[in-house]
Amino acid sequence: MNKETLELIGGIIAIIGSLFLLLGSIGLLRMPDSYNRIQAGTKASTLGTMLSVLGAWFFAPAMVGKFVILILFVLITNPVSSHAIARAAYHIKVPLSPRTIVDKLKDKYSADSDRMAYKKKVKSETE
Amino acid sequence: MKNHFIMFLTLLGVWIMLNNSLETSIVVSGVVLALLIPFLFCNHCEVFSQLKLNPKSLLYTFLFITTFLWELIKANLDVARRVLTPSLPINPGIVEVKTQLKSKIGRIILADSITLTPGTFTVEIIEDSLFIHWIDVKSSDLEESTKIIVKTFEKYLEEMYG
Repeated sequence: MNKETLELIGGIIAIIGSLFLLLGSIGLLRMPDSYNRIQAGTKASTLGTMLSVLGAWFFAPAMVGKFVILILFVLITNPVSSHAIARAAYHIKVPLSPRTIVDKLKDKYSADSDRMAYKKKVKSETE
Repeated sequence: MKNHFIMFLTLLGVWIMLNNSLETSIVVSGVVLALLIPFLFCNHCEVFSQLKLNPKSLLYTFLFITTFLWELIKANLDVARRVLTPSLPINPGIVEVKTQLKSKIGRIILADSITLTPGTFTVEIIEDSLFIHWIDVKSSDLEESTKIIVKTFEKYLEEMYG
């Protein structure tokens, strides 16, 4: 295949990737609470970045090693970071959305009194 | 020893891919560094020692990666559908699932794969329980949700890491 065809294919793949990134950001805006936002953000940004990098590979085929490393690092670090954010959010008692139907983790941590204490602390800090 | 060997291969692989060339000078310096680093700094990191190295586990690694990529694409289409539907069809909740995996690296990879598959991500791990935030809770029962969320990957990971 000649260079133009390859660049066309690469461009299309990169556009599909950026579409997923766009959907991810719409998800960030529309979801009701932090946890659901993390859901939308993580998945869409992983595949979006992977496809964008794959598209870039068609433009510079000689750089294959660096692109593979990029994809691997995104694949490894993305879920870890979103897990860390979610866990931290749960520990400082960021409230779940009212649409939440079950929370099995609640019993494992301390009860509602702490949640109230945290809210008061935030309130006094912002005032 | 096995730990050091896998560490050596990983480091060398990353080095060569980062340099993106197979020139003699780069490969030789990479081999020297990748030999030195595990022996100097890796006396206590046992991450890879639970890895099994045999043809069967390699086959399962391959199957795992294919399943994983397919689930990742499904996850994205799922998120896209939910985000674009005006009524925002979500039904979220945090459920508890159990894993049979014993090794640390197996659990890490299981938790990461759950995070990247449709509608689920790991909030907390306490011993052998994983607490999963599920965007569309189909069942809050422990057995039932374990079957839906964990089993897809666990059968492969069990062969790979035990």
